[in-house]
Amino acid sequence: MGNKDAKHIISALVTNKSGVLTRISGLFARRGYNIDSLSVCSTHNPDRSRMTIVAVGDDDEINQIVRQLDKLVDCHKIMVFDHAESVKRELLLIKVNVPPEKRPEIESTANMMKVKIIDVAESSVICEMTGESNKVDKFIEIMRPYGILELARTGVTVLSRGRDCIDDLTDYNEEIGK
Amino acid sequence: MKLKGSQIIVKCIEEQNIDTVFGYPGGYIIDVFDALYEERENITQILTCHEQGASHAADGWARATGKTGVVIATSGPGATNLVTGIATANMDSVPLVAITGNVSTALLGRDSFQEVDITGVTMPITKHNFMVKNIEELADTMRQAFYIAASGRPGAVLVDIPKDVQQAVTDYEPKKPREIKPYFVENKYVERAIELINGAERPAIYIGGGCTVSDAGKELVALSEKIGAPVTSSLMGLGCFPASHPNFMGLIGMHGKANVVETLKKADLVLAIGCRFSDRVAGDRKNFCKNAKIVHIDIDLAELNKNVKADVTLLADAKSAIDAMLPRLNAAKNSAWISECRKRASEDYLLGSDGKLCPRKIIRAVNKLGDNDKIVVTDVGQHQMWVAQTYMFEKPRRLLTSGGLGTMGYGLGAAIGASLGTGKQTVLMTGDGCFHMNFNEIVTAAKLGLDITIIVFDNHTLGMVRQWQTLFYNKHYSSTDINYPTDFVKLAEALGGTGFRLERNEDIESVLSKAFATKGVKVIDAVIDKDEFVLPMIPAGKGFDSIVIEKPVL
Repeated sequence: MGNKDAKHIISALVTNKSGVLTRISGLFARRGYNIDSLSVCSTHNPDRSRMTIVAVGDDDEINQIVRQLDKLVDCHKIMVFDHAESVKRELLLIKVNVPPEKRPEIESTANMMKVKIIDVAESSVICEMTGESNKVDKFIEIMRPYGILELARTGVTVLSRGRDCIDDLTDYNEEIGK
Repeated sequence: MKLKGSQIIVKCIEEQNIDTVFGYPGGYIIDVFDALYEERENITQILTCHEQGASHAADGWARATGKTGVVIATSGPGATNLVTGIATANMDSVPLVAITGNVSTALLGRDSFQEVDITGVTMPITKHNFMVKNIEELADTMRQAFYIAASGRPGAVLVDIPKDVQQAVTDYEPKKPREIKPYFVENKYVERAIELINGAERPAIYIGGGCTVSDAGKELVALSEKIGAPVTSSLMGLGCFPASHPNFMGLIGMHGKANVVETLKKADLVLAIGCRFSDRVAGDRKNFCKNAKIVHIDIDLAELNKNVKADVTLLADAKSAIDAMLPRLNAAKNSAWISECRKRASEDYLLGSDGKLCPRKIIRAVNKLGDNDKIVVTDVGQHQMWVAQTYMFEKPRRLLTSGGLGTMGYGLGAAIGASLGTGKQTVLMTGDGCFHMNFNEIVTAAKLGLDITIIVFDNHTLGMVRQWQTLFYNKHYSSTDINYPTDFVKLAEALGGTGFRLERNEDIESVLSKAFATKGVKVIDAVIDKDEFVLPMIPAGKGFDSIVIEKPVL
């Protein structure tokens, strides 16, 4: 069964055309699946986009999500990632309220956490960091006392370790049509 | 050859060997109807009174013939009127292609006259849908739509085509439809399923609509006879296994037979084929047949382990799976189990009526009189369950009913489609609530000269809701005593049919015989009591032990 609150990362190779994101987000809303984040990007194949979804649920729920996604005509390959066997990253841009006298302090924290400061204004800075989500969460917490003006994070993006890749998998709709 | 988009649409329908389409014209679909006019020698177009009727007719045509139904409507209201029909077909895995016109691409997204984002509206109720904005993609999109509708687990597909795409011109080359092959792969799950079945002492088979799609009737009989397993069916599977076969136990589920409940309680293995353990079958899905091993075979991966967890799941076409497994299954060691089940089934009974006219007696008479191989269509509610419990369906595709969506008003349209598609005697059993929703289509049937006998179980109430209000809502008959002043006999006559009234049991056979002998559309107003019940009943969400068999004192 597994933990009800466990986070699972799912990637899907989908048709690269308008409306596909609506189909997928609509499916999640309609069936009441809990998702933490969903990100879409183009790939090396112009016909395919890649979606990365962080979903919350036990193994049965995740299984059901994967199968419902797999049924969509525009969803071609789908992979659920094993946490240990994958590399996960997220990009964070965060704008923090920093008066000039606090700047050195921020700078040294940023250095320690391998975070870049990419914009400096009179009383604010923008930091950029990439890392696993928990590391990003931690940095946000550290910045909170300074006063967060705004932030944007991309949501998780992921690849499996080693040679295996999503394209090696079968397309359910093609498979049953064989 | 160079053709207009509208002509390509019609040519693509012809490619599929489909000779009948249903629909209703309008401003943004005139071009397609113009192309249909040119092809009137090859394709019959059926005009209904309302797009909803057309969508149910295409659905009924598809269910009765096994081919893909086609419905065509204009943009905006024409398209939205199809919605219930599309959802009905999709829920019951009926192959249906809906073609809608839309405003020209330059007008899209500007809230133009009769513009609706119908692909957005129908996304959750179709298997897939398309909007074709480029004439070059039109033919292949149409072909793909037909392939998607009929392959795997069939469903509804909508293709929305803006007017300028219908009018644009491009090259068209005819293509043969892509072949649809039943899916089966020999794998470890097949082995495990065989192991479990061979290890069972008291196996039971539960079938659903997937067996009809896969045409697995003969294979099911062979399977049941070899392993000595009783067979129960969901509403959608009725007819796939002959009701007169001694191994058939009857309907499963909320209004399933009591003997089926006993058999399933005692079974040590449930072999579920082409079905989905819906909430109307497994009310308490977490405890459904808890003491039995479950083997689930279905072509839809997402149905496996969705509602009820199975011990072995097998992604496969029903017929192919049974064919592959049968030689490796052991014949039943003795007949004790099947004899016990047969005895229980033969002693099982359905409650009659204490009113003047008994609905079950009418259904039994329909079963007995007229053609042997008639098509029975129902609407939704009490009469639907009485038919499902009582009528002996011997062949698949003889019961057309809205199982998944439970669409009141489905019946008449579907009966028109079935009658057109098969030419068989068609009987629609409906209630006065359902019939009031779409009886306008009597004129469609009358105009076409179809032989359709309509029996209205007329109790002046919404019987199924009333039954729930009686049982669970302190007899608060809120909005269920419809009491319309409709005179169904006069109604039939006004709309081009013939009307009959039936009030007493002793007149059932004579009235039915007269109706069957009359040509055209016949409406029999069968006046029944308000407080007829559908029993047995397992209340929603409850398990086998909550079954109600006897009518409570009112």
